Amino acid sequence: MHSTLQEIVALRPVITDGAWGTQLQAKGLSQGACPDQLNLTKPEWVEQVARSYIDAGSNIILTNTFGANSIILEKYGLREKTFDINRAGASISKAAAAAKAFVFGSIGPSGKMLLMGEVTEDALKDAFSEQAAGLAEGGADAIIVETMSDLEEAKIALASAKATGLPVFVSMVFDSGKDKDRTLMGTTIEDAASVLEEAGADGIGANCGSGIESYIPVAKRLRAATNLPVWIKPNAGLPEIIDGNIVYTITPAAFASHAKTIIDAGVDFIGGCCGTAPDFIKSLVNIKHTGTYRN
Amino acid sequence: MEQLQKLSEAIINGDAKTARELTREALNHRVDPKVIVKDYLIPAMDEVGKRFECNEFFVPELLIAARAMKGSLELINPILASRGDKPAGRVVIGTVKGDLHDIGKNLVASMLEGAGFEIIDLGVDVAPETFVNSIKEKQPTFLALSALLTTTMPSMKHTIDALKEAGIRDNVKVLVGGAPVSPRYAEEIGADGYSDSASGAVGLVRSLMA
Repeated sequence: MHSTLQEIVALRPVITDGAWGTQLQAKGLSQGACPDQLNLTKPEWVEQVARSYIDAGSNIILTNTFGANSIILEKYGLREKTFDINRAGASISKAAAAAKAFVFGSIGPSGKMLLMGEVTEDALKDAFSEQAAGLAEGGADAIIVETMSDLEEAKIALASAKATGLPVFVSMVFDSGKDKDRTLMGTTIEDAASVLEEAGADGIGANCGSGIESYIPVAKRLRAATNLPVWIKPNAGLPEIIDGNIVYTITPAAFASHAKTIIDAGVDFIGGCCGTAPDFIKSLVNIKHTGTYRN
Repeated sequence: MEQLQKLSEAIINGDAKTARELTREALNHRVDPKVIVKDYLIPAMDEVGKRFECNEFFVPELLIAARAMKGSLELINPILASRGDKPAGRVVIGTVKGDLHDIGKNLVASMLEGAGFEIIDLGVDVAPETFVNSIKEKQPTFLALSALLTTTMPSMKHTIDALKEAGIRDNVKVLVGGAPVSPRYAEEIGADGYSDSASGAVGLVRSLMA
């Protein structure tokens, strides 16, 4: 195992971070605007979100680069800024982490389907390679390829990211099928784990999708399917509208108690995705220190 | 008709090339295009939807079946149009303002087209005013809204509000869907229906027309 990764995994259960999009919106990101662009136009907002997770106790924070691949940025007219946006994202998170936490550079899906010929493998490789290079240049300690539904695309992103020499984790969304345990393309947890491990992933995970309750079986199966570090980052649940506002009704405490079951199942990395915020992370830190978990 | 049964199978299996060939052959043999659609294409897509609900089929199978269906319809629709035949209904569909995701929307559009509806796809990042104008112009039976992000869901409410302001809310049935959307949310914003899958959308539309 990569030496940085060994250092990180020794902290298990490693607390990752929570949602960024909603936090940036609270600061002023307008709906429909490109969040990743803020790394260049409003780096102070991005740094504030990063710090809020460090202050809440995250051992790992991600970067504001989820959609920062050239394919998506093209739609905003920001294609030429791809490398810079990624480099800035990593360096902002690194500065906020200030040696208290590690930084995992976030790479999300391209939004185009390989299967339907909307994009070629080469185009994906170019896009993910440029993104990974920017993240590495900005100082990321590792890369997390996240929220993937298509195993083929995930493999391309993995290979592109590994070319930087950094550890690379791959996390997929298992929220489809009768038992909500497959990706929307039909991939099972076990298939994803074996294919990605074979392809050189340093860690395997599940994120986003349905709420945390549905993650308990997913976490157990992922743990059973691989010896690599397991990364779990569930949503807070499905949002509701209360008095005209989008609200996630699960509380940080309830989230953390489900997380405890997940931690007890042996996962190595735990955090939150959509609907979570710094207080969710604080609750996870509480559970880590006051609850019991199997080593 | 054995050959037409093979057409249904080609659709179900996502074999676009065979589907198109068999469709062309049937049309050349003067089979009524309406019969092809009603007795072979629509049942094929219904079967695809059923298998999706049973988890035999996932998104890839839906996509290739829809693509095969589309290929057949491209040969059939011009003939139906020239005969003055009307589709089962008209649907305006789009992903709401601020959201660029289109896989779900495209799937729903394909499934509804396969079920015999005329689709007007406004694309992604569609402003409420654009939906309003399209409804005024095209007078569809249904408006289908898609959103993938929590942060863009409010655009669904804004769109419904815009319909009310324009005085056309009652002219159309509004359906919503997408990963963060729930039946509760649909109810709260005043939508007429919600489905969690593209095949479910077909059932929903049919039930609302009944």
